[in-house]
Amino acid sequence: MNKNYLSTSSEWTFETIAAYDREIARIARDKFRLDTYPNQIEIIRSDQMMDAYASIGMPVFYNHWSYGKHFVNVEQNYSRGRMGLAYEIVINSNPCIAYLMEENTLTMQALVIAHACYGHNSFFKGNYLFRNWTDAEAIVDYLLFAKNYIAECEERYGVQAVELLLDSCHALMNYGVDRYKRPVPISAAKEALRQQEREQYIQQHINDLWRTLPPRLHVDEQREIPKFPVESQENILYFIEKNAPLLEGWQREIVRIVRKVAQYFYPQRQTQVMNEGWATFWHYTILNELYDEGLVNEGFMMEFLTSHTNVVMQPDFDSRYYSGINPYALGFAMMKDIRRICQEPTDEDKRWFPDIAGSDWITTLDQVMRNYRDESFILQFMSPKIMREFHFFALQDDDRRNVIDVTAIHNDEGYRLLRETLSQQYNLSSQEPDIQVESVNIRGDRSLTLYHHMHNRRPLSNDCYEMLRHVHRLWGYDVHLHSVETDGRRVRSYHLQEGRE
Amino acid sequence: MAYVVDRRLNSKNKSLVNRQRFLKRYHEQIREAVSDAVSRRNITDMQRGDSITIPKRDISEPVFRHGQGGQRDIVHPGNKEFVQGDRIQRPPAGGGGGSGSGEASDSGEGEDDFVFQISQAEFLEYLFEDLALPNMVKRQLAGSDAFETHRAGFSEVGNPNQINIVRTMRSAQARRIALSGKARRRRREVLAELAEENDEEESKLNEAERLALEEELSRLNFRLNTVPFLDDFDLKYNLHIRVPKPSPKAVMFCVMDVSGSMTQDIKETAKRFFFLLYLFLQKNYEQIEVVFIRHHTQAQEVDEETFFYSRETGGTVVSSALSLMSDIIHERYSPDEWNIYGAQASDGDNWQEDNQRCHKALVDGILPHVQYFTYIEIGDRDPQGLWHLYQHLERDYADRFAIQRVRDNSEIYPVFRELFKKTMVID
Repeated sequence: MNKNYLSTSSEWTFETIAAYDREIARIARDKFRLDTYPNQIEIIRSDQMMDAYASIGMPVFYNHWSYGKHFVNVEQNYSRGRMGLAYEIVINSNPCIAYLMEENTLTMQALVIAHACYGHNSFFKGNYLFRNWTDAEAIVDYLLFAKNYIAECEERYGVQAVELLLDSCHALMNYGVDRYKRPVPISAAKEALRQQEREQYIQQHINDLWRTLPPRLHVDEQREIPKFPVESQENILYFIEKNAPLLEGWQREIVRIVRKVAQYFYPQRQTQVMNEGWATFWHYTILNELYDEGLVNEGFMMEFLTSHTNVVMQPDFDSRYYSGINPYALGFAMMKDIRRICQEPTDEDKRWFPDIAGSDWITTLDQVMRNYRDESFILQFMSPKIMREFHFFALQDDDRRNVIDVTAIHNDEGYRLLRETLSQQYNLSSQEPDIQVESVNIRGDRSLTLYHHMHNRRPLSNDCYEMLRHVHRLWGYDVHLHSVETDGRRVRSYHLQEGRE
Repeated sequence: MAYVVDRRLNSKNKSLVNRQRFLKRYHEQIREAVSDAVSRRNITDMQRGDSITIPKRDISEPVFRHGQGGQRDIVHPGNKEFVQGDRIQRPPAGGGGGSGSGEASDSGEGEDDFVFQISQAEFLEYLFEDLALPNMVKRQLAGSDAFETHRAGFSEVGNPNQINIVRTMRSAQARRIALSGKARRRRREVLAELAEENDEEESKLNEAERLALEEELSRLNFRLNTVPFLDDFDLKYNLHIRVPKPSPKAVMFCVMDVSGSMTQDIKETAKRFFFLLYLFLQKNYEQIEVVFIRHHTQAQEVDEETFFYSRETGGTVVSSALSLMSDIIHERYSPDEWNIYGAQASDGDNWQEDNQRCHKALVDGILPHVQYFTYIEIGDRDPQGLWHLYQHLERDYADRFAIQRVRDNSEIYPVFRELFKKTMVID
């Protein structure tokens, strides 16, 4: 085989980065049929990386103290050597922006380009959640709009007022997403144009809802007052934006901004294992391909493999390094396993995965990437082999019993249960408490009632009083929260009324 | 094909605003941590920046989440000896967090402290926040040799490197317009007439008139050509003047009793006090000198090392030190030039008969000249004679004399704050 190394030094230059990018792009596109947004690779210093960390990776973001807190924490840990910075940050936008640190060696830059610019990038472009729920074209513009809008509000209404509002919105961020309804794509230009219009409209709408002198009061009294909202609302922030009686136009707009940002990040939270697994699988596959083509030497591969191995390490549950399942490890193992099932299926694979065993692996992986999220991905594709490799076991911790049961281990009998339990572990709607807007007392004290629909009798943590205070700040009137069992029984109630708890 | 951008030269500190907001929000906690650090730390690293520790629960951002209890199913990797149906004893509450496994470390982390770094400047900022040096009347220093250069308009004379091009060109243009405007206008008229003449078939002018016009044209041309584009007196120069810069200088007198009754502990406490004062002055003045005076029955000026660490025994005559201080002020630190601060630390012992002389030394030789004089009495004994004497003085010279009692190290910082807290200046 011809040896035609792209480089033999570990120092990167712009020319060598471009050379690697050219080769990686060629392999990704022609050999593996990865479809990507155009790439924009930005080289930054480590302190800029810390800045990027602090603003959840986005190139522009509005100001808030919590990002400062995040920043000082990262700064402290990094400068004390307690934590390394990520080699890259990649943003789901079009063009796809990837930050590379200048400290990286050339090998690491190549790894990162393969990982972020072709792995993550193709995932952003292909996966159905990202396609349906985020708008890669508009996000950077929208964030710019958000930043300017919030800065303007700070000038007009004071930093303090905006900060309090953002605190409350951030607390409810996970309850600001539509889980089933597809949002309208956001566009910064339209956003700015329509914002005022919306402000006025909403204000009128709400005034109508809260009309203090209903014209036909005597007739209404006879009738059953309809429940409001008619159906429970899972998107609490949306409900507040549209219906909270006391919020002013700019406040509603800020609630909306936080909601949009939450919605934008929602797919990432649902596809962590897949996204990282996909990107890791492709950097591994592409760099190996580079080696097979004789474009990189053994030294390059050694350095790459060392780093790769660290990334996909999975400590055991009893190790002091254990902090849950490593999404890189699980995702990478599963992607690689799917390729194996396609190429060299065993009898076991043929039994469990008849549709994909022996199929074209590139097409199959592409389909998997496009149509699944973590929960369904694991439920569908975690093979018995993976289960055995990881030595998975399932525990059931029930507070009515004083022992913890081992319900399944990595054997044939345990497979189905393990697969299901593990998949549930990645189901955001069962991991987060299910809290919805139940009703508003529209003819009385205007109090808001939230229902916590309990799952497996799991109660809320003590944070929830603090949380009620945030809901109260947004709603403006009393807030009630009831934990409700599946049979409708109220198990526990939390109240927060003006002036007392 | 990717587009590679070098962003390394972009501005840093994008997070500065967020960081400031964070610090502002947790202002109280940070100040507490700073004040803790001061009483704990060695004096030598007092002015370093510091890691600030805030309990994590104070700054956590709440979200709705599940608490302990109910039924949970969890999958973990790395099974070794478990088989299906095994029962594991639930770890004791608290330590294990109830899950009996790796999750414990997650929930346990909640109680950790949040630690971060602030810079030295920020540390001092928090340390001396809301404190002010009383009577910071800056005396303009005669004969001071520090100068600052300021712009002061424009001048007709100067060095070539100070030429102000815009001003120069402007004045040249004005001069050219003034000197040649009329001639230029006339030349335009003459040229127009001549052009008209040449265009016409039939000459309107006779030969003599035409010659006169041509004559005038050449005269005008000559005249216009003699107006120079740039003349000497067009040149304008930037004018810089040197203004004497008031360089606030301060001298700090540390006066300490080193008689037998002063133990090493008391000296350590005193040292902390002196050091805080030094840092505080450093923040307010550019140049500070420190004079160490120690005394037992006699006073002497010593270097820092001797001041804090050598041991002496014997009785106590405070006035000796005060007179020495007064003499040094007289000889070396003219009150016209220097801001003078005095800090005295003692365990309160003094020879009974000496109190009167102390009073005299302070009232005549020191208090009229100093900006501020502080006295701290260290120890938990009943107030001694010196204290009573100083109490009188504090009433009479409330604007520049303050006394406080300190029991141990931990009280130094609060007492220091008490001494220098921001007050309205009393005239």
